[in-house]
Amino acid sequence: MLQLTINGESRQFVSVTSISDLLIELSLIGKRVAVERNGEIVPRGMHAATALDSGDQLEIVVAVGGG
Amino acid sequence: MNDPLVIAGKAYNSRLLVGTGKYKDFDETRRAVVASGAQIVTVAIRRTNIGQDTKAPSLLDALPMSEFTYLPNTAMCYTADEAVRTLRLARELLDGHDLVKLEVLGDPHTLFPNMPETLKAAEILVKDGFKVMVYCSDDPIQARMLEEIGVVAVMPLASLIGSGMGILNPWNLKLIIDQAKVPVMVDAGVGTASDAAIALELGCDGVLMNTAIASAQNPVLMAGAMKKAVEAGREAFLAGRMPKKYYSATPSSPASGMIGS
Repeated sequence: MLQLTINGESRQFVSVTSISDLLIELSLIGKRVAVERNGEIVPRGMHAATALDSGDQLEIVVAVGGG
Repeated sequence: MNDPLVIAGKAYNSRLLVGTGKYKDFDETRRAVVASGAQIVTVAIRRTNIGQDTKAPSLLDALPMSEFTYLPNTAMCYTADEAVRTLRLARELLDGHDLVKLEVLGDPHTLFPNMPETLKAAEILVKDGFKVMVYCSDDPIQARMLEEIGVVAVMPLASLIGSGMGILNPWNLKLIIDQAKVPVMVDAGVGTASDAAIALELGCDGVLMNTAIASAQNPVLMAGAMKKAVEAGREAFLAGRMPKKYYSATPSSPASGMIGS
């Protein structure tokens, strides 16, 4: 069981080990998102190779309308 | 007329930059942006809604990155650290895109820029390789300090963000324009087409607006009006206006050849 905080919300996952797994789980794989793990940006090319640990804080952001 | 706006070495035909917020839906966003003729569009960076329908249309569908230059902003950031963190995420999000709009706000009531934090963030971002366009106060000294840091455009407010009050201090804008070696854009405060024309007539290189279009009764029609106003203002600036003469009237028609003379 992996305990993560994603965009400020606490979530639990059973079959997630990497950032890519998490994006698949959240139906965000292939979407244009940027991911920060514990305050450090994880480049898209590193999503599959970056393992997650319980307690990790993640930010997943997108572009939205704004001035 | 070939008169491009050059920002960080790249030429743009349109001198109107538009925001993409406050529209009814993405269809209206797209129609307004297209009517404005803008090539550069600002976007905000926000947390994705976890669990939301990921098939729902997104801004990227309405305004594909292949058609427009995205200008990610730091709207609602109140510290240099937040702004820098946001723009680093934006660069990752947009495949290394480094042209950004920095704004560090000082106060939720006025959305006036916090200039010490803005200068601090600009310095970090420029060192980190970003091409930084900066929302700033209409203070020529602050604008000069930003330029010395190496920003690619200074963007003083004409009046408060979202106020539509127009250009309240043209004299300060003129001071900034006269000294600047980088493009100067009015960012914030434009309410209607004549405000945009005045900005360009003063010698601003461009105008950035969102609310003036999005909050018009007919945003798409206003977007077209803004396009024309920016073009008219620019052409008037290049043409060079006649001098103002307060002391006498001069008729446009010949004084001689009057009947009965």
